Amino acid sequence: MDLLKQTAGGVGLLLADRKISSVELTADILKMTEERDEVLGCLITVDKANAMKQAQAADDLLADVGTGSLLTGVPMVVKDNISTAGIRTTCGSRMLEKYIPPYSASVYSRLQKIGAVMTGKSNLDEFAMGSTCETSALRLTRNPWDHKRVPGGSSGGSAAAVAGGLAWYALGSDTGGSIRQPAGYCGLTGLKPTYGAVSRYGLIAYASSLDQIGPMAQDAADCALVFSAAAGPDKRDSTCVQDVSGSLRAGLDKLNRDVEIVLSGGSVDKISLKGLKIAVPAVWREHALQPEIADVLEKTIKKLETAGAICSECDLPLLDESIPAYYLIASAEASGNLSRYDGVQYGSRTQAADVSDLADFYSRTRAEYLGPEVKRRIMLGTFALSSGYYDAWYLKAQRVRRLIKDYYQSLLADYDYILGPITPATAPEIGTSLEDPLTMYLSDIYTVAANLTGLPALALPCGFDKNNLPIGLQLTGRAYQDADLLRTGMAWQRETDYHLRVQQIRQLGPAEGNTNLFAGGGNEKIHQSLTGVAL
Amino acid sequence: MTYETVIGLEVHVELSTASKIFCGCPVTYGQEPNTKCCPVCTGLPGALPVLNKNVVEYALRTCLAVNCEISRITRFDRKNYFYPDLPKAYQISQLYQPIGRNGWLDIEVNGTKRRVRIHELHMEEDAGKLMHDPWEDQTLVDYNRCGVPLLEIVSEPDLRSAEEALTYLEQLRGILQFIGVSDCRMEEGSLRADVNVSVRPAGSNEFGTRTEMKNMNSFKAIGRAIEKESLRQIELLNEGGRVIQETRRWDENKDASFPMRSKEDAHDYRYFPDPDLTAVHVSEDWIDQVRRELPELPADRRKRYIGELGLSDYEAQIVTGHPVISGLFEDVYDLTKLAKDTASWIMGEYLQLLKDKNCGPENLSLSAEDLAAVVSMTAEGKVNRVTARKVLAAVIEDGVKPQTYIEQHGLAMVSDASLLEDTVRRVLAENPQSIEDYKNGKKKAAGFLVGQAMRALGGKADPQLLGSIINRQLSEA
Repeated sequence: MDLLKQTAGGVGLLLADRKISSVELTADILKMTEERDEVLGCLITVDKANAMKQAQAADDLLADVGTGSLLTGVPMVVKDNISTAGIRTTCGSRMLEKYIPPYSASVYSRLQKIGAVMTGKSNLDEFAMGSTCETSALRLTRNPWDHKRVPGGSSGGSAAAVAGGLAWYALGSDTGGSIRQPAGYCGLTGLKPTYGAVSRYGLIAYASSLDQIGPMAQDAADCALVFSAAAGPDKRDSTCVQDVSGSLRAGLDKLNRDVEIVLSGGSVDKISLKGLKIAVPAVWREHALQPEIADVLEKTIKKLETAGAICSECDLPLLDESIPAYYLIASAEASGNLSRYDGVQYGSRTQAADVSDLADFYSRTRAEYLGPEVKRRIMLGTFALSSGYYDAWYLKAQRVRRLIKDYYQSLLADYDYILGPITPATAPEIGTSLEDPLTMYLSDIYTVAANLTGLPALALPCGFDKNNLPIGLQLTGRAYQDADLLRTGMAWQRETDYHLRVQQIRQLGPAEGNTNLFAGGGNEKIHQSLTGVAL
Repeated sequence: MTYETVIGLEVHVELSTASKIFCGCPVTYGQEPNTKCCPVCTGLPGALPVLNKNVVEYALRTCLAVNCEISRITRFDRKNYFYPDLPKAYQISQLYQPIGRNGWLDIEVNGTKRRVRIHELHMEEDAGKLMHDPWEDQTLVDYNRCGVPLLEIVSEPDLRSAEEALTYLEQLRGILQFIGVSDCRMEEGSLRADVNVSVRPAGSNEFGTRTEMKNMNSFKAIGRAIEKESLRQIELLNEGGRVIQETRRWDENKDASFPMRSKEDAHDYRYFPDPDLTAVHVSEDWIDQVRRELPELPADRRKRYIGELGLSDYEAQIVTGHPVISGLFEDVYDLTKLAKDTASWIMGEYLQLLKDKNCGPENLSLSAEDLAAVVSMTAEGKVNRVTARKVLAAVIEDGVKPQTYIEQHGLAMVSDASLLEDTVRRVLAENPQSIEDYKNGKKKAAGFLVGQAMRALGGKADPQLLGSIINRQLSEA
């Protein structure tokens, strides 16, 4: 399908001009999903009826001139921890395998209003806890660039769906890098917005003070369109603040207009790297980076400078403390957030016949239906909050968080952006990460700061390793200046073509060009060996 | 050895805000199960709490009424524990920065005044209700009560007897009702108390080991439980035993408490600040506004009634016992300016009516105007009190106006002197023997004649006027 080469905005333009219809497009993409997803494993649930109904509604909206947006009628997928009324929302867990929410997340309602078309719910690490999508109890997702590799996590299904040509954009969620890291592994652009820019209402919580919903797409312009539609205050989320100064909305409206001009072939001079002050923490070079990533980053800095940006080295204290602080806070909040899965109200419940009492009922239900990674974090968080340890662990972690926040704030008083890698290495092979959770946790070292500080961070493709796997860079910006950050991303993508490579991947069929397709056995066998759960 | 009982109370009171503390569901009682709840109060995955500002306002009112210091920044924390009536498996409460601290309430028992210190006052959400069905051997959950706003008012261990504890509770209830934050219906569970009891040798400064009885919802049970528990502890100590720190369950039918769980299996609630809710900033302006709108508190009202209106301590106590009664007294007094008479009617006929009808003051429809009319008529001698009682009953039963009822039933007292003169003359003529007896010193005969004349007048004669006419005619006879 030729349209797979197009971006979401590009397809949106064709839909708006009535050159294609959403009903046809959606039918095509559902067929494509059927062909490809058995191998890719992006989606936990495909809801054809819902997709076709939304496509029809989108066409109706588009028929009424001026009422659609550039995303109206463009097929997309939503991470399966974002509640969709009437459509099962599993969090990749056997605990919620059959849970059908009676209400929709605010962000999904907002997208529905502009005529979005959702074909399915994308795979994720169980309750968004993981970096490879392998902790999902329900599916194994493959990286479309190399099927023996993971797509990243936790929004791995969302990334693989966009890179694999099943959707033009996806919603992900990012608690410690879960949008940026899979975007990096799959050669995509992904934004972790400022905490509080997008409503969390209906996002099934992992760590409430860190979780944020954001867009994943082929380029920064698409991310701008999606973010613009998703962002905005919500009276149902106390942490989704009223945009007091109005700067977020004003910036987004302006950006949206510029994106439309660019898509229509016009040019906008404000999209430029010239004069931007970019901080490059020296400490990142000292960490165990894959050599190609270090090389690509040096080249990136040169390119930025050639385009007129001013890059300077800076200090970055507390990098080593950020991982323990992050895992303590995230696990502590998770231990509370996930306690509700007790088998009483909804979700799975132990079928054991010899349950002795209430405590036994709870522990059996949770033992049977939660996976090992989720249990590990619940136990870690429960410990960090327990009486006598609260000050030493949870409170100390919060103090570290405050110090990191203060430092980033002072850095961003002098610089427009902070540049860094997304991950220490490119996508690992399936089955190589889970045995050593500590190493897996440490691979989040470049991404967790944005969550601890609440700052917006954008992942952008910037090169490839020797296996032709994508490498990404990360720009961290000022709070609520998400629009500027996206604009800078667009400027980078005007100077480079790394983000275009994914077009080829999107057009590949599942078996084409992937010699290692079934390395290690079939999906079911691999999944079982990873999670101990038979599909 | 003599022992002293030491009591601390944790009072939970349901606030009567229109909607719940973190969602828009209505606060109701006795509705069909699971019809007054939503994704937020049933803790569905992904739902988020949003604080109801009125709850903070009610809490501020209460802080001011019980003399608490108010936190300018107050936060909510999660209290984690598993139970089927708690759908999120944590209760949103306040531990680290409660809205109120260091308050007090003065109570008076047997003429001795005592200041009971209040340790803290915090906001939290209520849990659902479990219903056990013994026939089907199953337990069902009703989530309607989930998210109903609660205030918890924690006293210091400053109370020394069941009587003091009950006085404190009554006083607190009166205040909460007066400031309109709760209806405090104990039978509906909107006022509940956890009772902490310990004993120590009289004169000792150290506290003994305490036990706790949770969720008590009647004054009678609380008083009884305190008495029995302190006796149990004293007996235990006298026998050389030790009190262990534990939670006990009070069984009203057995008139005894039983151990529930000891300190060893006490929950570790793993409190931490709720990241879903932002800090509440309480401004000086807000506090001032709440203070300005605060009604006169019962203690101040009592002082004014005794000092300015000349009521006795007892009368003042009774007419300020409930905000509806107190409001009625205020209004009737405003209309009649008859403080003593109004108090007498409220303490007599009015309370009797409540008792007869077995209803609360808020459920009896009686306007201040009507009661004022009855009080005035009686005081002015237009009707006598027995008749006035009939009028009051008719006003309540049939909703008629007192004046109309009296006119329709010809109940107004006969004060027409010439009619009374004529009637007395006729009665005397019919009873010459009584006149004889009277003249022979049997003064009781006059009473008999008054009765005869009153009967002839249908009981409506002004008794004073009638008496003086009979006395005069007798002396002239």
